[in-house]
Amino acid sequence: MFGHLPLWPENASTTAGNVDALYIFLVLVSGIMTVLIFTVLMVFAVRFRKRRGRPAEQIEGSTELELTWSIIPFCVMLAFFVWGAVIYFQERTPPQDAAEVYTVAKQWMWKFEHMGGQREINELHVPIGRDVKMIMTSQDVIHSFYVPAFRIKQDVIPGRYTTLWFRATKAGTYHLFCSQYCGTQHSGMIGWVVVMEPRDYEAWMSGGGNQPLAVTGQKLFSELGCVTCHRSDTQGRGPNLVGVFGKPVLLEDGRTVTADENYIRESILEPAAKIVKGFKPVMPTFQGQVSDEQLNALVAYVKALAGPQSGRPADGMAVATPEP
Amino acid sequence: MATAVVSDSGERENYLNVGHGLKSWLLTVDHKRIALLYLMSITFFFFIGGFFALLIRLELLTPAGDLVQSDTYNKLFTMHGQVMVFFFLIPAVPAVLGNFLIPIMIGAKDLAFPRVNLLSWYLFIIGGILMIYTILNGGVDTGWTFYTPLSSEWSKTNVIPAIVGIFFAGFSSILTGLNFIVTIHRMRAPGMTWNRLPLFVWAHYATSIIQVLGTPVVAITLTLVALERLFHLGVFNPSLGGDPLLFQHLFWFYSHPAVYIMILPGMGIVSEIVCCFSRKRIFGYKAMALAVIGIAVIGFLVWAHHMFVAGISVYAALIFSLLSYFVAVPSAIKVFNWTATMYKGSITYQTPMLYAFGFVGLFTIGGLTGLFLACLGMDVHVHDTYFVIAHFHYIMVGGMVMAYLGGMHFWWPKISGRMYPEGWGKLAALIVFIGFNLTFFPQFILGYMGMPRRYHAYPAEFQILNVLSTAGASILAVGYLLPMVYFLWSMRYGRPAPANPWNAAGLEWQTHSPPPTFNFDEQPVVTWEAYDYDKLGEIPEREEIPVAR
Amino acid sequence: MVDEHAHENPALLHHFATKEQQKNAASLGMWVFLAQEVMFFGGMFCAYLVYRYKYFADFGSASQQLDIRLGATNTVVLICSSLTVVLAIRAVQLGKRMALVFWLLATILLGLAFLGIKANEYAEKFEKHHVPGASFSYHELLPSQEKLPAAERHYANPHHAEMFFSLYFAMTGMHALHMVVGVGLFGTLAFFAWRGKYTPDYYTPIENAGLYWHFVDIVWIYLFGLLYLIDRHR
Repeated sequence: MFGHLPLWPENASTTAGNVDALYIFLVLVSGIMTVLIFTVLMVFAVRFRKRRGRPAEQIEGSTELELTWSIIPFCVMLAFFVWGAVIYFQERTPPQDAAEVYTVAKQWMWKFEHMGGQREINELHVPIGRDVKMIMTSQDVIHSFYVPAFRIKQDVIPGRYTTLWFRATKAGTYHLFCSQYCGTQHSGMIGWVVVMEPRDYEAWMSGGGNQPLAVTGQKLFSELGCVTCHRSDTQGRGPNLVGVFGKPVLLEDGRTVTADENYIRESILEPAAKIVKGFKPVMPTFQGQVSDEQLNALVAYVKALAGPQSGRPADGMAVATPEP
Repeated sequence: MATAVVSDSGERENYLNVGHGLKSWLLTVDHKRIALLYLMSITFFFFIGGFFALLIRLELLTPAGDLVQSDTYNKLFTMHGQVMVFFFLIPAVPAVLGNFLIPIMIGAKDLAFPRVNLLSWYLFIIGGILMIYTILNGGVDTGWTFYTPLSSEWSKTNVIPAIVGIFFAGFSSILTGLNFIVTIHRMRAPGMTWNRLPLFVWAHYATSIIQVLGTPVVAITLTLVALERLFHLGVFNPSLGGDPLLFQHLFWFYSHPAVYIMILPGMGIVSEIVCCFSRKRIFGYKAMALAVIGIAVIGFLVWAHHMFVAGISVYAALIFSLLSYFVAVPSAIKVFNWTATMYKGSITYQTPMLYAFGFVGLFTIGGLTGLFLACLGMDVHVHDTYFVIAHFHYIMVGGMVMAYLGGMHFWWPKISGRMYPEGWGKLAALIVFIGFNLTFFPQFILGYMGMPRRYHAYPAEFQILNVLSTAGASILAVGYLLPMVYFLWSMRYGRPAPANPWNAAGLEWQTHSPPPTFNFDEQPVVTWEAYDYDKLGEIPEREEIPVAR
Repeated sequence: MVDEHAHENPALLHHFATKEQQKNAASLGMWVFLAQEVMFFGGMFCAYLVYRYKYFADFGSASQQLDIRLGATNTVVLICSSLTVVLAIRAVQLGKRMALVFWLLATILLGLAFLGIKANEYAEKFEKHHVPGASFSYHELLPSQEKLPAAERHYANPHHAEMFFSLYFAMTGMHALHMVVGVGLFGTLAFFAWRGKYTPDYYTPIENAGLYWHFVDIVWIYLFGLLYLIDRHR
């Protein structure tokens, strides 16, 4: 218990260093302000304590002082704001070619599926130096994916995807916590992020004969009958999905939306919500017929149809286009 | 000063001895008696909430969850939060000190609506009974924030009774605010202009605006959650097309301004105490009055800073972060002005002033750590960790509760007609200050290290800081129990208090201790500015305070 | 000048210096109360706006299930009841006690008529299984779908329609609750009016109750528009 009294977690991601630097700046400024105020208070308390024959001096105020000690602190706060905003913007903008991991959170465990099909529960293996993007949803209540060593967290919400990305910089095993209260075993919904050297990671990945996630999706696409309408020629009753992901889509009502993960997911669960221009609202809903994991596989497959940029399988394997 | 202070006699009729028996208290419309009814109720809930806190801290002595089961622990922190927020922090200063003092401070005989005032208390009691029922019937485990769909669909505990209890407490709060607004607008004595109002009154005016405009939103939001549970509606339930983030927006739209309901009255108290014990008018009266209004207004514009990682857009996050820095400015102004008020003052260190010093220091730390949380990149790491818990306890407990205790000591002679024992008062203040810092400062470090909040069990590396925190909590508990004991003692054995033991400015010190039922012997007419300490002179030494006969 | 009614209401006046102060305080109190009522209903209106935007067509479909004739009738009923309130205030200003009682009773009658019509609407919703909850069932077309051939028509999403009805019942239910309180209020006032309590000199409770009633009326106007009239042009 007394061996080592740390003040902050390990620095294991590209973000961690930035956040720590910002933290030290905030601590310094706050520390200076605190010491300043405490010192002034104590000096005043002693120097101006009641002394017979020296009455208090009534001072109305000073507009100059008020303005000074409003504007200067506000400017310092603007510095806090800008620095924090820059880091936040970077945190919320995943790089284009990040390796993706689909995450399903449920009371009270974390389920991960890599693009190569590897499944993990409560443990996430990632390589050093690679951008990793978590695409997350919850099966029940709101959870939150939190890795202190990376200084990042993101709430995981039922009914939609939220994303989080990081690049690990140091091999090791780091805490994973659920940080949004989610019921009985909230404090038990913890695990580990295992950051490996690239060679070790390749070795770990190739063991186990897993089916890549997008291939699972392809099989589902066929089994569920999606392929009958979503053909890769122009004859289908549904839009051709090849190349759709990540691009703008024009809808019947005139709106244009980007075909991201949430759009694909919504199209499967609530097809009538957004009808592509030129098509009829005939797609049935699959609500209740596909699990979150199956949805992830389908989303991964549709992404793979858009080419190498998005959602590439771990080993670069090409995915077949839909044939009826 | 217009009216002379009348000498006090032991048998003089005052609001305490004018009627006896349960009915004269339970059917009173005297704002001072209602304030005491509230005092008893909120003290009761304070100790219930405090008891839950002690159990939490005991559990957290060890990393394993070995004192209580997980479900029990979840209920403990939920009900600690609900009881403390809705049944102690929100009503405490307004309903006790505000109720008692505002009419007297403005020279009125009572609040504008005395019967509505009594109704407020009964609504509070009904809410309290429902909360007690919730506790006794197995508790509620949603967290005080009631996030959906956990609260609307998954929790199997007494969510609806808790919600209805909070609804009643909220309605009570709305009516108190309404009463104060109308009173301050319409009941001021001749000559009591807005610019002569004590800052205590300004602070309660700003608080009342928040109570009236903010509380109804959480009332309807929690009502929708209750309806959702009862009828399986889907307003916030994703599997039925609802949006859990809509709940969060609606909830925080009230609950952020709510924290200003909790702190602004405390700031009003501190202004009164600092002026009296420095023997000076406040530095920058207009700025101080504008600051409380500014905090109230801007406070309505920052709610989504509780949602930076909840799934809102980057652009919304940027806006709310920037606005959160705006709201920090008026608070900073107040800290500087209190400090400047002490400059060239004639300071003495009676118990109220010790609490005021404590407030200024601890509110500074609490406020500065708020800047950490408003900072987007920083908040992502420390959101939902013990850093947040430390931040808001520094404001609530280090700020608000210390201000409340300071105010209770300052106005105790007026309320009870007795002096509290000064030595014990100082001792308790010191114990509270030490206990508080030991409890909550380690939590800042715990938070940055990554310990999430609402955790029943935790990894071993967090243990030593948790042990320090629990040690602090036990000291803090002693500090809170002491005033209970000696205030009660003083009601029987304390030295009878004169009208103005502190030689303080303010209309409340111009009438007897305790005041008569209609507050003044004659209608005051105000011809002087607030805080005219240049005319009042020095504060009397303890021995110099005349004993009331 | 001795105010004889001070004797009838001694408890009201003790902490006020003048009748004017008392009247002004009461009025300001009612306005502040209405401000918080706006915020109370505002939460539901906010939820409505969010989901109307999200589920635009489904809300249009669900709205068409409401009986616009009954809704319009209720709107007229409430507006008339606001008129009768004003006429009641006019009566008391002119010192006409029986006219005051009459117009107060007329207001109550119209209020009860509104509630009766509302109950009828609720019953109809119950029969059609449009009440949210376990027995909810919805199989209706989206707006303008009837123009298409039968095989191509698309139906509204039942979950989203249920959202509309959840908000419909919550909002109109809360409104009806406020109306019940209002009717009770006017009943009490009518009783005291008949006993001669209100005069041209003192009729603040009538005025403030009138303010409350006008507020309830205005809320209904918004509800009528948002719940009954959307997408009717399609």
